[in-house]
Amino acid sequence: MLCAGDGAGEILWLDEPLSFWGGTNLHSAIITDIHHPQHGISLAGRVMVMDASRGSSSSSSVLAEQIRAGVAPSAILLASRDAIVTLGALAAAEVYGIRLPILLLDANAMAGLPRTGAVVVSSGPDGSSVSWS
Amino acid sequence: MNTSGIQLELTAEDEAKLGGEHGPGVAMAMRLVVALARISQAPRLIDIESAHIDGCLYHGQAGLDFVEKLVGLGARVAVPTTLNVASLDLLHPGVVRLSPAESRAAQRLMDAYVAIGARATWTCAPYQLAGRPTAGTDIAWAESNAIVFANSALGARTARYGDFVDICAAVTGRAPFAGLHVIENRVPTIELDCSSIPDRVLDSPAAWAALGFAVGRRVGEEVAILTGITPSLVDEDRLKALGATAASSGGVALFHVAGATPEAIIAANSWPPPGTRCVEITAETLRAARDELSTAAVGDRLDAVSLGTPHFSLTEFAELAASLHDGEAFAPSCTVWISTSREMLGLARDNGYARTCEQAGARLIVDTCTYLVPVLSDTVRTAMTTSGKWAWYAPANMQIDVAFGTLAECITSARSGRVTRDDSAWS
Repeated sequence: MLCAGDGAGEILWLDEPLSFWGGTNLHSAIITDIHHPQHGISLAGRVMVMDASRGSSSSSSVLAEQIRAGVAPSAILLASRDAIVTLGALAAAEVYGIRLPILLLDANAMAGLPRTGAVVVSSGPDGSSVSWS
Repeated sequence: MNTSGIQLELTAEDEAKLGGEHGPGVAMAMRLVVALARISQAPRLIDIESAHIDGCLYHGQAGLDFVEKLVGLGARVAVPTTLNVASLDLLHPGVVRLSPAESRAAQRLMDAYVAIGARATWTCAPYQLAGRPTAGTDIAWAESNAIVFANSALGARTARYGDFVDICAAVTGRAPFAGLHVIENRVPTIELDCSSIPDRVLDSPAAWAALGFAVGRRVGEEVAILTGITPSLVDEDRLKALGATAASSGGVALFHVAGATPEAIIAANSWPPPGTRCVEITAETLRAARDELSTAAVGDRLDAVSLGTPHFSLTEFAELAASLHDGEAFAPSCTVWISTSREMLGLARDNGYARTCEQAGARLIVDTCTYLVPVLSDTVRTAMTTSGKWAWYAPANMQIDVAFGTLAECITSARSGRVTRDDSAWS
């Protein structure tokens, strides 16, 4: 567990790493990076699955602002220890008390996730879970 | 929060800060530093001697709320702290064209960072200021070009810090013992052999920016050692150009130049370590990098030139002023912008360099940078620069075409109002 919280939404697998700064709209969380294969898709309310983010550390600020504005993903599932994404969520938790769950998953857990459908993510000091029906 | 088998050992003092004995602001900052330590699997925290903050560029309400909360909780920086570029030029009001609401928010963010005790330096090149870190000291710096310069040219030690955690390290005076703070992580893992590049090609900062582009592309986030470069060709403006571009095209946070940078001088013949893989960099590589950094074509109408990304140094001012002394002004259709720090501008005024540049038609901007906020006229379609970093980001940030070239090429182009190229400088 990288960041505690509860979240639920449609799962969204990112086909490539994404930079929140310069790659997503600050106010809507729509992917604006024209080189990204999922350009035009919104991250808002989705359970986002990706290996790692990429690019500028200003991405922490962009994610925190999207959390404040209520347009951030509802949970993030990562394959690597991504400090930039995690610090953005932790900063928003400090200031607004809004907790965006971020989980670190190993390759097996990643491979077991569904490709589509609604997913529920819960993470806290006593353990973390990802569930779907 | 247990994210690894590595146990983070905190000192009694760390626990006191975390527990609120130094106030709620320090406790909030410590929570983020400890979280980063767990993410990066650090075994302990270390003292830092200085901090450089990138969080003062306005990216929305959350960044402002965060620092104002720290200030409101009574937090103050515990170590000497410098501030990176912001979203306004406070010495030349009106040069940055933000809406009144955006300007107010940007100003509030700057005020909050001054209120927390940081110096109003507003520069991406804090290494040009007096009192910069010395070799072997641990620091917590943000801004990719400042990080790579501090590690490579100064031999100070900083990991890659970014928004939020930069100010938290400054407030607590502590940082995770991880990344490039760990000496074993500073040893080169790849050699870039530059011995075939003629000295005359490497005799301009733009060539070093092109070199940096190639370095970033080839090494990603690895630590490289460049070999076969005549040490007398190395100076700080060139290392600045290399690092800034390599941190943009790749994720370079530390490089070494054999016989020239501090840790490479100490390591001498023991670097590159035996068995290090080697890649050759040639003059052809640099020309390819130059062309990849250019979207405009030779002969295109030129509307603007931007110099000083990272911020123009006093020696760069001196070189530019010497080139402009024959008095020929820039074409009226082409505006030459120079981004620098208020500190360097003061020195450039004292030495008369700034006046020479202004007499030729150049405009000076401080505290911010021309590719981060609206400064260039809306009518600009094509701009030229000596900066690999500017050339890398400007086309996407501003929807313009860019030509990348040497200072001499930029001056000739600004005078004629057309993009010109001098291939003899590149072969």
